Amino acid sequence: MDQDTPPRSNAPEYSVSEISNALKQTVEQTFEHVRVKGEISGFKRHSSGHLYFALKDAEAVLDAVCWRGSATRLGMTPEDGMEVVAVGRLTTYPGRSKYQMVVERMELAGQGALLKLLEDRKKKLAAEGLFDPARKKKLPFLPEVIGVVTSPTGAVIRDILHRLSDRFPRHVLLWPVAVQGDGAAQQVADAIDGFNALPKGGPIPRPDLLIVARGGGSLEDLWAFNEEVVVRAAAASQIPLISAVGHETDTTLIDYASDRRAPTPTGAAEMAVPVRSELLLKTRDYETRLLGGLQRQLTERRTRLDGLARGLGDPRRRLEELGQRLDDWGERLPQALVNLTRHRASDLARIAARLEPALKSRVQTETAKLDRDRLKLDQAASRLAAAWPRVLTDRQRHLDQLGKLLKSYSYEDVLERGFVVVKDSKGHAVTKADQAKPGAHLSLLFAKDQEVAVTVDGTPPPKPSAPKPKDSRQGNLL
Amino acid sequence: MAELPADIAGLSFEEALAELERIVRQLEEGKGPLDAAIDAYSRGSLLKRHCEAKLAEAQARVDRIVLGPDGAPSAQPADFS
Repeated sequence: MDQDTPPRSNAPEYSVSEISNALKQTVEQTFEHVRVKGEISGFKRHSSGHLYFALKDAEAVLDAVCWRGSATRLGMTPEDGMEVVAVGRLTTYPGRSKYQMVVERMELAGQGALLKLLEDRKKKLAAEGLFDPARKKKLPFLPEVIGVVTSPTGAVIRDILHRLSDRFPRHVLLWPVAVQGDGAAQQVADAIDGFNALPKGGPIPRPDLLIVARGGGSLEDLWAFNEEVVVRAAAASQIPLISAVGHETDTTLIDYASDRRAPTPTGAAEMAVPVRSELLLKTRDYETRLLGGLQRQLTERRTRLDGLARGLGDPRRRLEELGQRLDDWGERLPQALVNLTRHRASDLARIAARLEPALKSRVQTETAKLDRDRLKLDQAASRLAAAWPRVLTDRQRHLDQLGKLLKSYSYEDVLERGFVVVKDSKGHAVTKADQAKPGAHLSLLFAKDQEVAVTVDGTPPPKPSAPKPKDSRQGNLL
Repeated sequence: MAELPADIAGLSFEEALAELERIVRQLEEGKGPLDAAIDAYSRGSLLKRHCEAKLAEAQARVDRIVLGPDGAPSAQPADFS
């Protein structure tokens, strides 16, 4: 006996494949349907469409895969850090000695996580400008065709149609969609896009207003209207869009992207159309006022016209008055001429009557003046006649006096006293010695006009000291 | 009744009502020449007819969109009453 040889086990011996397959069978049978709660980590979307990630908690990690077929029906987009409850089965992968969970469905775990996700998504889409107030379109006043995106079953569509027919019956196109559960979000988005894709004038009339509606429910029930694909479709809609999801207190992300948010589906119908009966009343009121306005204008103008016509007076009467005035003046015209002539004649007679007395008076004045002048002249003549002889006598006396004075001044008397006047040949008096040059012919005038001719002999005059020569000279002169 | 002129027939209810309102106010103010007032009245009457016609087109009709096998939509009458 080989004591040292370990006793041979009677336990069956497996090959690796056998044990791996046994394990696989056990795992798959035991965990055929499980719900696992955990946080998503290492999320990857493969180009094949399969999703690979891990679920983890504080202590452990579980690899997970979501095949493409399930991935498209998830109704949510997994992200790292998301707290989810995954539903599926466990399986192993013998080739790598691994086990993993095949996820068929997944939902967010707990409201807190959902709300955080909602808040993050809202921020992200707002940052893209999808909620920008400038993007909001004005709703048409009275749409012809209203497109409604909602469930064909349930109260919502009936509430909308009922309120529409109360206010203003319209042509409604219902695009039926699932409003919760797998694929709901995509259906809603496709319906919005589908309405926008309808051509104008096509076989299906293109709505001029859209209503996207759903009744009330839990946050999870309304989740489809928080999905990005729905929000983006609503924001991209060319047709004005009213969102009416849940009750008044529920707000989903589509409400931020829509052009108007209605608190309820009924509220959406009220926003969509005006009240027909009110419009009818308004139109008829305008009609009444239209007619009244015109009539008032006509009446007013009639009154003004009458007033002005009164002010204008009767043209015939006016003509008659004018004719009468013409006749009157016409008659007065010839008379006026006669009167004028008569006036002028009497003026002339009056002036002529004044002419003769005026003339007479003037003649008398002039005659008197003449008489006065003649008298003055006569007086002057008589005074002249009286004065004349006296003037002559005075003149004669004056002349005699002057003759005597003249005689007293004459040289002839001097000649009487022995003086002689010496004259030259021309008869001028010689008064200076140098005029009596030797040889000069002079004449000597004595009293009684007796003249003696002499010639100067040129003997120098004797010295003044001897009076004799003076005598001799005189003698010589003689 | 005569045909509505094309420029009125093309108006939406809201546009026609707004113009009618403007014309009524203008007439009630009583300004402007009489010819213009009469023209305004005629146009106002046509606008009112157009508005009433629009209000008369109030037929409730509900169609349901049905997608064909190729995904193309078509409409079928539906009844939700």
